[in-house]
Amino acid sequence: MADASNHDAFVEFERVQKSYDGENLVVKDLNLSMPKGEFLTMLGPSGSGKTTCLMMLAGFETATHGDIRLGGTSINNIPPHKRGIGMVFQNYALFPHMTIAENLSFPLEVRKLGKSEREEKVMRALDMVEMGAFGGRRPAQLSGGQQQRIALARALVFEPELVLMDEPLGALDKQLREKMQFEITHLAHRLGITVVYVTHDQTEALTMSDRVAVFEDGRIQQLAPPDKLYEEPQNSFVAQFIGENNTLEGVVKEINDGVALVQLDNGDLIDAKPINVSQPGERTRVSIRPERVEFNKDRMPEGAHTLKAEVMEFIYMGDIFRTRLRVAGKDDFFVKTRNAPDQVRLTPGQEIEIGWLAEDCRALDA
Amino acid sequence: MSDTTQNGSVLAADGTPLKRSLARALRRQKIRALLLIAPLLLFVMLTFIMPIGDMLFRSVENDIVSKTLPRTVVALRDWDANSGEAPGEEVFTALAADLQIAAEAKLHTRVGSRLNYETPGISSLFRKAGRKVKKWDVENDGPFKEQFLEIHKGWGDPDVWRTIQTYSPKFTNGYFLNAADLQKGADGPEWRPEDEQIYWLLFKRTMFMSMVITISCIVLAYPVAWILANLPARSANLLMILVLLPFWTSLLVRTSAWKVMLQQQGVINETLVWLGLVADDARLVMINNQFGTIVAMTHILLPFMILPMYSVMQTIQPTYLRAAKSLGATNWTAFWRVYFPQSIPGIGAGSILVFILSIGYYITPELVGGTKGVFISNRIAFHISSSLNWGLAAALGAILLAVVLVLYWAYDKIVGIDNVKLG
Repeated sequence: MADASNHDAFVEFERVQKSYDGENLVVKDLNLSMPKGEFLTMLGPSGSGKTTCLMMLAGFETATHGDIRLGGTSINNIPPHKRGIGMVFQNYALFPHMTIAENLSFPLEVRKLGKSEREEKVMRALDMVEMGAFGGRRPAQLSGGQQQRIALARALVFEPELVLMDEPLGALDKQLREKMQFEITHLAHRLGITVVYVTHDQTEALTMSDRVAVFEDGRIQQLAPPDKLYEEPQNSFVAQFIGENNTLEGVVKEINDGVALVQLDNGDLIDAKPINVSQPGERTRVSIRPERVEFNKDRMPEGAHTLKAEVMEFIYMGDIFRTRLRVAGKDDFFVKTRNAPDQVRLTPGQEIEIGWLAEDCRALDA
Repeated sequence: MSDTTQNGSVLAADGTPLKRSLARALRRQKIRALLLIAPLLLFVMLTFIMPIGDMLFRSVENDIVSKTLPRTVVALRDWDANSGEAPGEEVFTALAADLQIAAEAKLHTRVGSRLNYETPGISSLFRKAGRKVKKWDVENDGPFKEQFLEIHKGWGDPDVWRTIQTYSPKFTNGYFLNAADLQKGADGPEWRPEDEQIYWLLFKRTMFMSMVITISCIVLAYPVAWILANLPARSANLLMILVLLPFWTSLLVRTSAWKVMLQQQGVINETLVWLGLVADDARLVMINNQFGTIVAMTHILLPFMILPMYSVMQTIQPTYLRAAKSLGATNWTAFWRVYFPQSIPGIGAGSILVFILSIGYYITPELVGGTKGVFISNRIAFHISSSLNWGLAAALGAILLAVVLVLYWAYDKIVGIDNVKLG
């Protein structure tokens, strides 16, 4: 977990708890610290507490316990309009009765800026999102992607240092969403702003963020850069939630030199890297990514344990092949292989042997 | 599969113009739709549109004089109303002939009371003359002028004759002039004497009080609608039932309840006297005046304001307010600049409903309005059921209808009718 007393921390959550009904905690003991300029994504299934955290940071919800600090000062008792945090909402929340320019001018007006200064800043913000020609239109006359850009421009026009985004791309189609992901990250880095981004889409989290906080059950399960998160999940929830994953259950037999020997429930033995297990006899759930499974004997490490597998289904997906296997009595084990000229195409019914590097197979909590 | 002819019209696959073939395809649908609404259309025609048309027609219709006194009307044509003298013998001869026929059919009193609306006193002239004329021999008993004057010297009054002459045509604007406190003078319309002017005052009062009622409804309904729209669904439903509760109680019961509340020996006065806030001999007069009407009608019309406001506010997402606050607006600025403008369509719809309903309201002003709090509709009802001057009632109704339409038009110009949302 992050160190809450970090000196250059810009946004800090310290032992924050939140309950709506006085019986259940939606957020349980949240500790988080972000340096200036970081792009942090809160990722998690719905109901995991990520949006509540964002709302507490924005000031629309009050923390039941704990301290939220911005730039070193506690903001628990500062109303939202005095926090100076930009926010992009899921449905954009552009004011329908104002034109685009009036929407952008609104935060400047309430800050009592002069007319010429307002116009200049609005123009600059519109140009920044390449919407300079749309100032006179109403939100309803714009497409979803255009409204998204305007919402972004409006959150940035008053030059906040911190911008919160609550699933801002949720309503867009896939292609537009990917395009906007790049635009938002580039913009954030260019302007040097700190961003807290909430999403339930893991691809979005992985492609956009400097760090990702995976939420579940009111806690941060893991806080790490995207590559660490994907390759080194700390527990089976993160392993399951991020990316595609194969799991096998068994008991730890022995642990030697950082390699655990795991006996699966059907008796087969495999090698794994112990993460959440420390001694023999513990139950574990081992996790392995489909693209790290090897069935070509030449490429398998010497002396590695292998498992027998039967090919159930071969799925052609263009750039990759997905093969469903029956392994250790379960028939939901997937293997992903690249569509290369020398790649083997497995046929259903075929019997093969599969193996992997011990460090790719992680023995996690059961 | 379409093709284009030389003149540019698109053709369907079989060569007929596309427009005609589309019209043919849609015809069945149109006929079916028409048949479905036909019963309602017929019902509305027979029970609503035609009676209203008939009433409006009565506001200008005036064939009773020319029908009952055809000869007199012809004979009067050459008489100069400004001569200051009663017409000559030939008019009285014609009148005798007309009246004899009318008296046989007992129609002479009707003409009398019709003309009595315009010049009070004529009614008795006709009644007395009718009795005598029946016994005359119209062929031989002339000359008649002296005999008429003997029956009542009013027959020699040029004003009476001018009235008969003025109301000879089949159509008249007399009712409308009357409804606007005007009368036909010797040279065109002129104001009625000050002490007889009543309708102009009533129209102004109706407008003013409807406006006050509408504004009080807006002020009272806005917070309620806001709470309704922002509560969780379950509590909102409960509150909604409370809002709708008055609809389940008879209008008369509610109005009578206000009588009990507001009268000088009523609940409010008794409480105030008991608390010592008001002296026993200086009880507040809160009923049988404008105050009573405004209070009772505001209460009765309030749901009509709350419902459209509620349905509009329900569509305003709470994120707008949050967005405004995150952009730096205080609670008040967020409400005034972001929420309120979006709720205007609801205010507009509610105001139109309440204003138009109250402008034609009858029962409540009748019961709690006294003399100072009555509306134009009470006067219309009086002319329909008591004075039986249907023509005047119709003219007043037509003016009221025109005023409503003009206001509606003005509203459309200023706010825009497409800005109104009823749900």
